[in-house]
Amino acid sequence: MSKISSLADLRKKREELQAGMDIRIRALNPENIVQVKVAMATCGIASGSKTIMEFFLEQLDRRNIEGVVTQTGCMGYCYAEPTIEVKLPGQDPVVFGFVDLKRADQIIEKYIKTGELVDGIIPVNYQTIDLKE
Amino acid sequence: MSKYSMHLLVCGGTGCHAAESDAIVCNLRDELEAKGLNETVQVILTGCFGFCEKGPIVKVMPDNTFYVQVKPEDAQTIVEEHIIKGRKVTSLLYRDPKTKEPVADSKHMGFFKKQMRIALRNCGFINPENIDEYIARDGYAALGKVLSEMTPDEVIKLVKDSGQRGRGGAGFSTGLKWELARRNVSDEKYVVCNADEGDPGAFMDRSVLEGDPHSILEAMAICGYSIGASNGLIYIRAEYPLAIQRLKTAIKQAKEYGLLGNDIFGTGFNFDITLKYGAGAFVCGEETALIHSMEGLRGEPTLKPPFPAESGYRGKPTNVNNVETYASIPAIILKGAAWFSSIGTEKSKGTKVFALAGKINNVGLIEVPMGTTLREVIFEIGGGIRNGKKFKGVQTGGPSGGCLTEKHLDTPIDFDNLIAAGSMMGSGAMIVLDEDDCMVSMAKYFLEFTVEESCGKCAPCRIGNKRLHELLGQICEGKGVLSDLDRLKNMSLVIKDTALCGLGQTSPNPVLSMLDNFRDEFIAHITHKKCPAGQCRSLLEYIVNAENCVGCTACARVCPVNAISGMRKEIHKIDSAICIKCGACMEKCKFDAIYIS
Repeated sequence: MSKISSLADLRKKREELQAGMDIRIRALNPENIVQVKVAMATCGIASGSKTIMEFFLEQLDRRNIEGVVTQTGCMGYCYAEPTIEVKLPGQDPVVFGFVDLKRADQIIEKYIKTGELVDGIIPVNYQTIDLKE
Repeated sequence: MSKYSMHLLVCGGTGCHAAESDAIVCNLRDELEAKGLNETVQVILTGCFGFCEKGPIVKVMPDNTFYVQVKPEDAQTIVEEHIIKGRKVTSLLYRDPKTKEPVADSKHMGFFKKQMRIALRNCGFINPENIDEYIARDGYAALGKVLSEMTPDEVIKLVKDSGQRGRGGAGFSTGLKWELARRNVSDEKYVVCNADEGDPGAFMDRSVLEGDPHSILEAMAICGYSIGASNGLIYIRAEYPLAIQRLKTAIKQAKEYGLLGNDIFGTGFNFDITLKYGAGAFVCGEETALIHSMEGLRGEPTLKPPFPAESGYRGKPTNVNNVETYASIPAIILKGAAWFSSIGTEKSKGTKVFALAGKINNVGLIEVPMGTTLREVIFEIGGGIRNGKKFKGVQTGGPSGGCLTEKHLDTPIDFDNLIAAGSMMGSGAMIVLDEDDCMVSMAKYFLEFTVEESCGKCAPCRIGNKRLHELLGQICEGKGVLSDLDRLKNMSLVIKDTALCGLGQTSPNPVLSMLDNFRDEFIAHITHKKCPAGQCRSLLEYIVNAENCVGCTACARVCPVNAISGMRKEIHKIDSAICIKCGACMEKCKFDAIYIS
C-alpha cells in the first residue's frame, strides 16, 4: 500500500475510490438525479433488456450523467419490450418502449440531456396505488 | 473503474453477526458466482443499520430495498428473484406494523424517515474493514484539512462554535474541554476515547466502533493536534470483541497509509493510537476511574479537581471524550460550525444517537436532531409499543437517569429539558416500559445494578444504595410501611449530595423519579399489598376459578409444594400460605381455571 503523504494525495485517492461507491452514494438521494428503470422480466430479457441495461450503466457514466440504473419486473407492456422508465428530477416518469441501442442512445442524448421527447413513449394509462399514507 | 451495477449491503453488527450474517454473505457470493453475476453485483459486509429488531438486514443498492430477518438459505431467492428477474422478494420485505403491508424500500420506512445521521453517517453504508470506503466518503479529509490549513486554536474555536456537548452523558462542551487540555503546558499529553459503554440498554458506541472505526481514529488525531498530544488511547471493554477486532484492523490500515504514525500528511505531526482493555466495570466509564484503570490501578474515581485536563493519564494533561462525541468531529470540521449549530435546540446542538430497547416495536439504533420529541421517537420511529399495550414510561439515561411518562411525551429531547423533567440524557439508552411493568421493581432493578457496580470507595454509594435497594425489596414483598417513602426520598437526596463521583451522585435518580411519577404504585404495594402490574411475585395470589375447574388434578400433581388440595372431579383449592407463586399450576391447567389476583 502506498502512503498518503499530503492532503492533495488524499484528494486524488478519494476521487479514484469514489467511483466504486457511486452506486451507494447516489442511492442516498435518488430523487435528485436521473433514474432509469429497465423492465427485466422474462419477456424483457428475451427481447434484449440486459444489453440495454448494460448500455445505460456504461453510457451514463461515460457521458458524465449522474444517475441510477435499476431493474424492475414486468411493466405490462410485453408487446413493446424492452421497456424502460426514465424519471428526471422533479418530473413525472416517462415510459419508453421498443428500446434498442439506437433508441437508448437517443433517450440519453435528447430526453435525459435536454428534456426533448423522443419516439416510443408509452402513455401511462393506469394508476398505481400507493400503499403508504 | 468498477463495473458493478448493484451493491448488496449485509449488516455485520454484533446482533446480525450473531444471527449468521456471515453465512448470508457467503451464500450470496456463492449464488452470484454460480449465476455468473459476481462481476456485476458486489456483496459488502457493513456495520449496523440500526434496525436490530428485524436483523439480519440485507439492503440492495441502488434501489434501497430493505430485506429483514434474512436467513442464509434466502440468498438463492434474493439472487434469483430480485437480481435476475428484478422482482422484489415480498416475503422478506419489512412490513408496516400498522397496515401489515410490505414496504418497498428504506426511504418509505417510518423508522428512517425522521432520522438524521451524523455520528452514524457511515454505519450500515461502508465496509468498516476497508479504509478505502471510508476515504471515498471524505474520510481523513477533516484531518488533512486541520493539519494543512488550520492552527490548533482555530480547530478548537470551530469545535466550540459548533456547540457540541459531550455525548457520554454529562453534556460538557467539547471545545471547552479541548481548550482546557491545550492550555496546560506539558512535555506529553494524551487523547483518550471512552469506549467503556456500560448503561443497560446502550449499544451506540459499540455500533459506531463496529460500523465506522476510522471516524474515531480520525477524530482522535484531530483532537491530538488541537491539544498538542501525540498519543491516543482507546479504553474499550474486553466484552466487545468485534469492535476491538475492527479497531485493530482500522489502526493497521491507517498506519499503512501513513494516516497514523509519524509525519502525517507530510506536516510533521505524529500521532499513534493504542487500545486499552477494560474488564467491564460500570464505574470505569467515569473519567478519573477510567484513567486509573488504564494505569493498572483499581478502577476507582478520585475527586475532581484536578481534572484530567490538568493531571490525567500518568499525571499528564489528558482529554477524555466519548465515542459518539468523536464520531461527529470529522463532519463538524468539514461542514463547519454553523452547519452543526443550525441543527438541534438552543443549548443542545446537533443530533443524538438513541438505543431503543424494551417494550417497543422497533428495537434498534437511531439518530435524530436534538429537540425531537419523545412521542416522535417512540411512536413514529420506534413504531409504538409492542403488542398494542399501553405506554407507561421510558427510562432515559440508564441507571443514572429517570423515568419519563405520558406527560413528557411532547417534550423536545435535549440535555436541559431532560434534566428539568427529572431525568438525564446519559448515553442515550431508552428503555421503554408498558403497562405490564412494575415501577417499584424497575427502580429496584436499576439499584441492583448500581449496588453491584459501586466501587465501594465512598460510604454514601456503598452503604446508601444498598439500604435503598433493601427498602425497595421490602416494598416489593409487601413488607413496606408508608414512612418508607420518606426514608427513600431522604436517603436518595443525601446520596446525591455526598457521593464521590458521578455514579453515586446519580444512582438514586431512578428511585426519585419513580417516586415522583408513580407514587400511587408504591402506595398500592404498601397499603393494599397489591402490585398493579402483576409483577411482584410475593404480592400475587393464585386462585382457582370454581366455574372452570373440572377437578382433573393436573395442577395438584404439578405443584412442587403440595399447596393444592381437592379430590378428583371436585373443585380444587390453592392454599396461599403454602403457595410459592411459581405459576406451574396455571401453566398446566387446560381449562383456564387458575387466575392471578
